[in-house]
Amino acid sequence: MRFDLDRPLELTFALAPDLLLIAGTMVLLLASAWGTETAKRQRAVGRWSIALCVLTLAAVIYMWWAGHTATRGAIAVDPFRWATDVLILLGAILAIALSMDYLERERIDVAEAHVLILFAVSGMMLLAAARDLMIVFLGIELMSIAVYVLAGLNRRSGRAAEAALKYFLLGAFSSGFLLYGIALVFGATGSTNIADIGAAILERGLTTNAMLLAGVGLLVVGLGFKVAAAPFHMWTPDVYEGAPTPMTAFMAAAVKAAAFAVFLRIWMEAFPYLNGAWHKPLWYLAVFTMVVGNVVALVQKNIKRMLAYSSIAHAGYLLVAVVVSNFEGASAYLFYVFAYTLATMGAFAVVIALAQTGERGQQIEDYAGLWRVRPGLAAAMAVFMLALLGFPIFGGMGFFAKWYVLQAALRPPSQTNLAIWVVGTSLVSAAYYLYVVMVMFMKARPAEAPSPLKVPGMTRFVIATCAIVLLVVGIWPRPVLRVARRSLPQLVHLSEDLPRAPAPPR
Amino acid sequence: MSRTYLPVLLLMGFVVFNAILMIGLSHLTMRSRPTPVKQSAYESGIPALGEARERFSVKFYMVAMLFIIFDIETVFLIPWGAYFRNLSCAVPLTNGLCPSGQVSMFGLVEMLVFMAILIVGLVYVWKKGALQWD
Amino acid sequence: MLLQQVAATTGHPLSGTVADWMWLLPLLPLLGFVLNGLLAVVSVYRRGPADPAAESGHGHGAGHEAVHADPAHAGAHGTHHHVPPRHKFAGLASIIGPAVLFAAFGLAVSIFGAMSGASHLEQPYVQRYFTWMPVGDFRIEAAFQLDQLSMIMVLVITGVGALIHLFSVGYMRDDPGYPRFFAYLNLFVFFMLVLVLGASYPVMFVGWEGVGLCSYLLIGFWFSDKANADAGKKAFIVNRIGDFGFLVAMFLLYANIAALDFVGVSQRAGELAPAIVTAICLFFFLGCAGKSAQIPLYVWLPDAMAGPTPVSALIHAATMVTAGVYLIARSAVLFALSPVASLTVAVVGALTALLAATIGLKQWDIKRVLAYSTVSQLGYMFVGVGVGAYAAGIFHLVTHAFFKALLFLGSGSVIFALHRAYHATHSRADAQDMRNMGGLRRYLPWTFALMWIATLAISGIPPLSGFFSKDEILAGVFARAGHSTLAEATWLGIPGGPLLYAIYGIGLFTALLTAIYMTRMMLYTFHGPNRTGETERSHLAEAPWVMTLPLVVLGILSAIGGWLNIPEIMGFLGPPQWLHHWLDPVVGAPTLAVTGGEAVHLAHRTEYFLIGGAVAIAVVGILFAVVRLKPARLVTKDQAVPERGFARVLANKWYVDEAYDRTIVRPVVGVSRRLLWTVTDKWLIDGLLVNGSARVTSFFGRLGSYLQTGSVSTYAWAIVLGVLVVLGAFTLR
Repeated sequence: MRFDLDRPLELTFALAPDLLLIAGTMVLLLASAWGTETAKRQRAVGRWSIALCVLTLAAVIYMWWAGHTATRGAIAVDPFRWATDVLILLGAILAIALSMDYLERERIDVAEAHVLILFAVSGMMLLAAARDLMIVFLGIELMSIAVYVLAGLNRRSGRAAEAALKYFLLGAFSSGFLLYGIALVFGATGSTNIADIGAAILERGLTTNAMLLAGVGLLVVGLGFKVAAAPFHMWTPDVYEGAPTPMTAFMAAAVKAAAFAVFLRIWMEAFPYLNGAWHKPLWYLAVFTMVVGNVVALVQKNIKRMLAYSSIAHAGYLLVAVVVSNFEGASAYLFYVFAYTLATMGAFAVVIALAQTGERGQQIEDYAGLWRVRPGLAAAMAVFMLALLGFPIFGGMGFFAKWYVLQAALRPPSQTNLAIWVVGTSLVSAAYYLYVVMVMFMKARPAEAPSPLKVPGMTRFVIATCAIVLLVVGIWPRPVLRVARRSLPQLVHLSEDLPRAPAPPR
Repeated sequence: MSRTYLPVLLLMGFVVFNAILMIGLSHLTMRSRPTPVKQSAYESGIPALGEARERFSVKFYMVAMLFIIFDIETVFLIPWGAYFRNLSCAVPLTNGLCPSGQVSMFGLVEMLVFMAILIVGLVYVWKKGALQWD
Repeated sequence: MLLQQVAATTGHPLSGTVADWMWLLPLLPLLGFVLNGLLAVVSVYRRGPADPAAESGHGHGAGHEAVHADPAHAGAHGTHHHVPPRHKFAGLASIIGPAVLFAAFGLAVSIFGAMSGASHLEQPYVQRYFTWMPVGDFRIEAAFQLDQLSMIMVLVITGVGALIHLFSVGYMRDDPGYPRFFAYLNLFVFFMLVLVLGASYPVMFVGWEGVGLCSYLLIGFWFSDKANADAGKKAFIVNRIGDFGFLVAMFLLYANIAALDFVGVSQRAGELAPAIVTAICLFFFLGCAGKSAQIPLYVWLPDAMAGPTPVSALIHAATMVTAGVYLIARSAVLFALSPVASLTVAVVGALTALLAATIGLKQWDIKRVLAYSTVSQLGYMFVGVGVGAYAAGIFHLVTHAFFKALLFLGSGSVIFALHRAYHATHSRADAQDMRNMGGLRRYLPWTFALMWIATLAISGIPPLSGFFSKDEILAGVFARAGHSTLAEATWLGIPGGPLLYAIYGIGLFTALLTAIYMTRMMLYTFHGPNRTGETERSHLAEAPWVMTLPLVVLGILSAIGGWLNIPEIMGFLGPPQWLHHWLDPVVGAPTLAVTGGEAVHLAHRTEYFLIGGAVAIAVVGILFAVVRLKPARLVTKDQAVPERGFARVLANKWYVDEAYDRTIVRPVVGVSRRLLWTVTDKWLIDGLLVNGSARVTSFFGRLGSYLQTGSVSTYAWAIVLGVLVVLGAFTLR
């Protein structure tokens, strides 16, 4: 059906999966307050959290399948939102599964960890749905505050506390820029509704309005911080290294996915006519991010820091989708995030499986000769590294993910230089991804190296799922690709309210 | 539009000017003769005892944070109250009144939901013992 | 069947007939490849790690074929005298291997029947299966095309192929790599059928490369001998030069008329500029020169004799090496547009024929004689297709497949007998050296008789097949020298008419040489006293029936193959010009284009005169050899005096290999070692680009990580800096 978002009931139904998740999360929050802090309760809440995510996933898929649409309002009801929700929930399920084992091993009996992940997911789902800058801000804050706490979950760890504080301070700092950007855009266009902003820019010919452009620039800063685009990336390695590893995985995968979803939606719907203004800056931002991420990753010795820089580099690749801001970019984003979520989650899962208690044993060198003692883990890690590299066949989906991003960049008006940068920096990335593979398979294991701990069931499940899905979809990408191609944002102001018109010359 | 905001701008200008003037003048006119007594922190005449950077119990912060949260709830009630009439009507108001048969529960339900969320939070902090001083 | 439904093209006279099953033709040998390959893999797997030395050390059917037999390996034969066990899957492989070929041949014959019965076959029957390469609006279909030309090729490949498979059952009997051999052989036939059935140049190229691969695999079949592996590599590398030509020709075609399928090319060939056509044809001919061993790329074929003899018969005589001739006949539309390219083909063909024939005069290895003979006969075929007598070229291709396969299989039979004899007595003598033969007619009567038929056929003695086909080519050259577009063109400043007469002269002279060296081979092998050795002699015997039966069939074909295309003036022998008429829909128009719009006609008197002359020359050659050569005086290699003068030049193959080594191989190796490897690879690429770029990037990486101070205020300042830059980029312009 077509929801009339001005009617409270229909708005409620349009938000049904989000509301379901939030309500369930609050029940779980209360549940985690009762009883004593034990590993058993933590696991129980974790299981219920996964169940809630699955339920929400079902609701999302039902909404998707029903093919609802909505009037122009604060909430988008379109396949892009549902597809993004699915990716976010997938990341959340994997992260909760990982943290159940991790928290038990690290003796952090905090059941609220799962609840906080769920709260962050609510924020992310709001972001995926947001068609109003106020909702964007609400979603970003809901997500961020939960994630700040998650970063500092381990109260016994100084590093984690440092990470959380850094993330919080800088996050608040960047939120200020985001909010200021929203205010300036509102000031220039008179609306916070994304569709209305797009329409106002076109109708009133605001393409050179300085206030609007400054606002857009600040939005770039705010969102760039969330997706860890250089030069707003400097928190990433410290936070990723210090935070508990499952939370790092969650940050690297889901936070990035949600922030990019809203980035894309704003750019495709609100600012298409400002293309001339933002194209160059975003182009440089993408290239700079790719270069910084990949180049600095080269010299990292800690695997979590290396993956942090790698996630920066991937933010650069995903920015390409924003730079092109077309439907190909949107579907490339969906496919890419699917592959990236699986590969990142899998890689961090292996890091968790191989770490000794207290987050020791996370230097890349500690993986020397892993092939001899844990061949399955080594093989899975190789798949994840190759997937992040974008290697065909053995890297599974990773190759196609990068391929579709390149295709999006090469659609007319073709961004050949950008594509060259993607390929060139990917080439650099081979050095550090393959280094991990080389260390695992070709270096001898030192005699004094501790034997890895037994891998708990959930972690094993996550690793196996990620590797298998990556490989299978890598061999048979067509169904996933077809879904990604069809899950496009509906651009209200383009499709209904206004005739398609190019930006008026001024 | 700019004319409307002119007084604000003037006020801001005056404030800035005044601050610079006073600090600048005292800087220019003062003679610096520091003594240990002059250098010490001014504690309303009572001699300073130890460092000002003292570690407070986390309980103070806890209370402060809880206060802010519930404070915001109260603050949020004010705009809601001001707009309540509009929120309770399914169609735009005519002469500040809702046409008969168009009264809706929307505004009320919204606030109840908001309160419910806050109550969940309250129950949580209560159960966690954050409201207990000892 | 699904494939059939996909492919069904309505409206063609062949649709709905057995021709719909043409996809099965290559699929059958592919099936054989898969099954035999599985047998080979399974047996290796069962035996543990592959040990090539163990595999070939056991003594294969004719293990001593390698000219430079590895002494250690040969020694292994001598010291452990035992009957080597047959491969455990040999029985299964010897059923599967030939059976798929016979099935394919049966299918080919029934399709041929359907084609003979049908009328209006002007257009080829094209079956499309799936889109192989969609490139924008342009798409390359995986499609097969059946027409009169590919039908003839399919019949030759499956027919001769089936016979050679049968022969291999006996010849390779005790080889430890038995299933592997049949797997490769089946795979070869698959690719060969793809080559001739492909409906476009790219599909054909797949087959073209595939047969090259199989050729490489089979030349180096006994790869534990370095010489064999080297010969395989030589063939592969030399062929790459030719493939470059093929590729460039395809690129040019695509760039100029955006068509690569044969139907499309023939429709649009007229749009090509003359210079482009010449370039395309010359590049295609470069490909042909590689695959069909023409000057300057012929050097690999004699070395390719390192492979098992059935391979030499199938790949390096009957089928693969004629792919170049097929390519030119298939591209007749293009070649007919370019007299210069056509003349190039003819001239190169004639020179190759002459050069190879002279070398053939002085070789002692029986297979090398045949190899040079093959090169020479291929030269004839190129003369035929070069002068626009496409049907004549194909005719010679067919008859040559018969008699040269027969000659190779016959030589295989001889080698087999000698090898068995030497094996029995632990001798390490060369089973392929004619100086170790002599007088074999008493021991191998069938082989003796059948090889004489083939020798007379190749020499051009009527009424054997070679006479008709060679005469057709020579008559074609002579006729076109008088009147054709080629005669009016000039080639490197030489007027076409006299050039064609010169080619005709070279052809006649080559025919003389052919008769001489073939007779020489027969005399030294079968006549005179036996030089095999006292004890070995008692072990000489005719091969089993699986090997003689294919010889008999090929002997019959060599004898009567000429009836395919009887000249009109010999109409009393049967219906004249059958093959010519059969191929008319494919090459008729290009032939007419070359001859200037009218059928070639020589006066009957002239034609009788030409035929008489050719036969006379063949007879003179044979008689000359019989009179001059004295098999009785021949001595074995260790007692022979070195050749002198011109004979030595010929025995050393005009020093072409040495010249290539000096002028191309060594300079290239030197340049690559001194310049490319030291400077470019070690210094520039490894040093500067690889390590250098790594060093530069990790320098920046370290710089980046120095900025990562861990202090929040640094990070905040970085953000502020970023904000300023972004705001500047957005607002200042």
